[in-house]
Amino acid sequence: MLEEIEFGFPLLTFLIFFPLVGAAALWAVKDEASIKQAALAIAGIELVAAIVVLLGFVPGTAAMQFVEHARWFPQLGIGYHLAVDGISVLFMGLTAFLTVLLVLYAWDTVHLRPKAFYMSVLGLEATVMGIFLSIDLILFFVFWELMLIPSYFLIKLWGTGSEREYAALKYVLYTLLGSVFMLVGFALLSLNYHEVKQAYSFDLLELLSVPVPFDQQVLIFWLIFLGLAFKAPIFPFHSWLPDALVQGPIPMSVMLAGIKMGTYGFLRFSFPLLPEASRNPSIVTIVMILGLAAIIYGALIAIVQADFRRLLVFSSISHLGFVVIGLFALNVQGIQGSLIHMINLGFSTAGLFFFAGFLYERLGHIDVRQSSGLAKKLPLLATLFLILGMASIGLPGTNGFIGEFLILMGAFQAHWIYGAIAVTGVIFASAYFLWYYERAIFGPLKAGLPAALRDLTPREWAIGISLSVMIFWIGIYPSPFLRMINGSVQAVVERLDRGSLATPTVDHPLISRWVQD
Amino acid sequence: MFELLVLLIPLFPLLAVLVNGLFGHRYSHEVAARLAYGSVFLSFLCALAVAADVVADPQPREVVAYSWIFGGDLSIDLAFLIDPLTTVMLLVVTGVGFLIHVYSVGYMHGEEGFTRFFTYMNLFMVSMLLLVMGNNYAVLFIGWEGVGLCSYLLIGYYYDKVSAAKAATKAFVMNRIGDAGFLLAIFLIFSHFRTLDYTTVLAQASELSTGMATAIALCLLVGAVGKSAQLPLYTWLPDAMEGPTPVSALIHAATMVTAGVYMVVRNHAIYDLAPIAMTAVGIIGGTTALFAATIGLVQNDIKRVLAYSTVSQLGYMFLACGVGAYIAAIFHLVTHAFFKALLFLAAGSVIHALGGEQDIRKMGGLRQKIPITYAVFMIGTIAIAGIPPLAGFWSKDEILAHAFVQHHYGLYLLGAIGAVLTSFYMFRLTFLTFYGPSRVDPHVAHHIHESPKVMTVPLMILAALSIVGGFLGVPPEHGLLHSFLHPVAASAGGAAHESSTGLVVGLATFATLTAFAGLGLAYYLYVVRPHMADEWARRTSGLYTLLLNKYYVDEFYDRIAVEPCKRLGDMWDWADRHIIDRVVQGINHMTDKGAAAATWIEKHIIYGGLNIIGYANHLAAWSWRKLQSGMVHHYATIIVIGLAVLVHLLLFWLTGATPGSYAMR
Repeated sequence: MLEEIEFGFPLLTFLIFFPLVGAAALWAVKDEASIKQAALAIAGIELVAAIVVLLGFVPGTAAMQFVEHARWFPQLGIGYHLAVDGISVLFMGLTAFLTVLLVLYAWDTVHLRPKAFYMSVLGLEATVMGIFLSIDLILFFVFWELMLIPSYFLIKLWGTGSEREYAALKYVLYTLLGSVFMLVGFALLSLNYHEVKQAYSFDLLELLSVPVPFDQQVLIFWLIFLGLAFKAPIFPFHSWLPDALVQGPIPMSVMLAGIKMGTYGFLRFSFPLLPEASRNPSIVTIVMILGLAAIIYGALIAIVQADFRRLLVFSSISHLGFVVIGLFALNVQGIQGSLIHMINLGFSTAGLFFFAGFLYERLGHIDVRQSSGLAKKLPLLATLFLILGMASIGLPGTNGFIGEFLILMGAFQAHWIYGAIAVTGVIFASAYFLWYYERAIFGPLKAGLPAALRDLTPREWAIGISLSVMIFWIGIYPSPFLRMINGSVQAVVERLDRGSLATPTVDHPLISRWVQD
Repeated sequence: MFELLVLLIPLFPLLAVLVNGLFGHRYSHEVAARLAYGSVFLSFLCALAVAADVVADPQPREVVAYSWIFGGDLSIDLAFLIDPLTTVMLLVVTGVGFLIHVYSVGYMHGEEGFTRFFTYMNLFMVSMLLLVMGNNYAVLFIGWEGVGLCSYLLIGYYYDKVSAAKAATKAFVMNRIGDAGFLLAIFLIFSHFRTLDYTTVLAQASELSTGMATAIALCLLVGAVGKSAQLPLYTWLPDAMEGPTPVSALIHAATMVTAGVYMVVRNHAIYDLAPIAMTAVGIIGGTTALFAATIGLVQNDIKRVLAYSTVSQLGYMFLACGVGAYIAAIFHLVTHAFFKALLFLAAGSVIHALGGEQDIRKMGGLRQKIPITYAVFMIGTIAIAGIPPLAGFWSKDEILAHAFVQHHYGLYLLGAIGAVLTSFYMFRLTFLTFYGPSRVDPHVAHHIHESPKVMTVPLMILAALSIVGGFLGVPPEHGLLHSFLHPVAASAGGAAHESSTGLVVGLATFATLTAFAGLGLAYYLYVVRPHMADEWARRTSGLYTLLLNKYYVDEFYDRIAVEPCKRLGDMWDWADRHIIDRVVQGINHMTDKGAAAATWIEKHIIYGGLNIIGYANHLAAWSWRKLQSGMVHHYATIIVIGLAVLVHLLLFWLTGATPGSYAMR
């Protein structure tokens, strides 16, 4: 039998379906105030459940934990299989955390159809949870697609830009386009499984037990790559991102920029299932070049942006380049750094989107050409803004440093030239953020700004403080987080080293855990 | 006990940062100030206690706080290394830092951002202490970037001034260029040694190949050049003078900018193996020393003259490292901390007296009006000019003597010419400020007053240190400082190259004479014949303009780096909006068709075959319609669910097919 750690209560099912049930229940609520309170309560309970999982999580092992397994389409080998391991557990926590902040943010800012809005947000939370908790490929795919529904409505109905309808559709179509390829990739994996075991399976753990011929691996790798690249988005598949994030509402931008589902997929599926392809030198070189291009391309475009949200979009693309090169460094430091960096972006980049929202609420725009000297009027906002910005540019002591340092360290060891090129991103990042900060926040107070600018409201303050706490916690004392992810990262690297074609040996931690049939 | 003392050193200012930062608005400025300088004073006391321990037993000791970053074979502790080098730096940082904190209480009195100022200053102390205390490169880097942040915040202290805001950004970004080099050095070190702890790395350094040692040393040098404002990354430092004057004294003269020197000395085991890197350090130091001094000759802002002088003096320290005179470098670092902090704070006192005036063309004749400030400024000037027996003479002379004795005649020449210029521009500054007729704005003139005790007492202490500080290194090569630092900073080549006493005395005499030459020329030009200087400036107007405009280096960097980056960004931005988007829109049309096809299949085939899902789809669409009162296109819903259905269909179809025939090769 598979060695998996189970938990008495189906906590993961609860994490996925509780927000859905909550969203449905919201339907019955009438007035706006109660809707908000109910939504906050639901998101809060979800966060508590997520924290229970985090606390109950056994660190330092690659084992699947809190496992739930039920049959779904047995003849196809599709199962309802949920679990968390070191790769997914922090994403689960981050999703719950950000949703609470989203609800807080929306409290004073969303007045249009609040009921539908909170239902969409909770629906989004449920589907994103599903993505991170699914171990079955088809189950994963279903959530991957379902996630588009609430996203579509969020962008289209509550977007702030005039072209939000276009942006919403573009987002959906791009992701769909990618996921078709991914689905074919999944199906090919299952077919390969059938060749060996005479039965279909879409279960990650079962698929791991079967070697995949190298040629097939390469094809499947690129198919899955397309699906992930569009979603992530990896340069040059990113062109939906500026539209979705600039036209869409802040909560959607926070989710899309903060929760890195695309790059998560590499760690979850590509690396373990396709180790020979993932470490193939030509594939690694191609992906590394895309990553490095993203770092510099994103950063240089970010420098010249006047609109802060567009700046953040390209900063996101640049940061994602870091994540990609860390992953494809294929060593412990790089992958660990990427994983922690993906989480970090959920605090820093997503946090900066909140602050873009705070500014937008006050000024009606976030164009640097029309505002300066905000520090004078909004000192608290300016301070927290700076903390988030420093985290984003990777100042030591903030979480951003831990991720970037490990990534660069990993990339440098893969090949020094990767590290040497990527390190320029560190310089450009300081340039684009500080130049914006210098013009928007510093400088003399611009005439024509609204006379009554209010500094942070208590709810905004709560958002800023909770983000800052996480930023400093991970920055100063990251070991709890590193310990949680270490076991799984180690296992993935070993799997990459040994490959799927090698005969499984019992002493191999990953194989022995997953494949003792 | 020892561990606790070590941990407390950075902890005290950290506590003050937290308390003042979070609750500073709730109590008076006075309380905030007391917390701020009190915490630094406590750190200083701890540092003294630690120093006493180290003097008794110079064996290096490590204190581990906790495990910071780990993964694979990488393991980095937040840990401290206490050895004689760290001890010297600790005493300078906390001691001079404390005096500057006290002075700031008077200087910043009544400022709106008083508490903010002290929070940043204390945060700087924490970072600087981490920098000098860390036992590995990563902790050094925390401090390294931390001091950069504080420098940024304090340069931008008057953030509503555009020039201050710009200078802050410039300082941070230029420092980051250096930091990137430093990061590469760290990665190289880790790749080679699989650890970042100094103890292991430096002990095994001798196993490095020359090529690898050179690579590491040069990458470290890039970092040092950025932080210590050497050629070619020095241009941020003069602009940094936008910060309040105590900041210039603490960060941009006495401590932060010397971090590069500290780093090179700390890693001298690696530099000793890399002659090319050593030469680079020496050349950068020597040319910077001279180059910055020439600019200093003609500047009219009292703080800018001092800023260029700082760049130049840091150049001497690099020069010292370049010729292997590491102890001399640290010696000069220490004396420079005394007299440059003194000069900046005294300049601050002048500025304070004149209500903010910094232009020396609007000063003059201040000797009688602010006598204490004048006296200490004069002491600082004599010290930096290298006139014995004040501090600067001993340390600078030791550096130049080293260069000469080790046959680095080119570097010696650069340093010697720089020394004449130093003496000249410093006395020029003193004479223009304190001598001659008053050129002070009449509105300001009758407000001129000596600074309060809280400012003058630190000045007097620093003046005393500037007078006697040099005796730490007397007799040359065998002073107190030398024997203390010998275990950690002695050059591998063996510093004891015995040179004849005659040569040493000869060089010292020559150095003294050149210092007096500079003094004499300045006296003649600015006191005896005040119009001569203008005359000379007119006659050499080309050169004068070139110097006044700082060789147009800023403009040059704008042209070759800043502008191209922005242009490239603009170009790519345009391409991103127009080209990449258009390409993808092509695909978009295709997907539109694909989506339409999917919808068609869904409507005509799947609804028939899989009623339940069709109904579910209808139900969902209906509920959304209901929910949005018809506002919503259910286009996307249909696509998504349709695709999910297609998946099912595909899989059912696949189950029917023979896997063997279908499977790809």
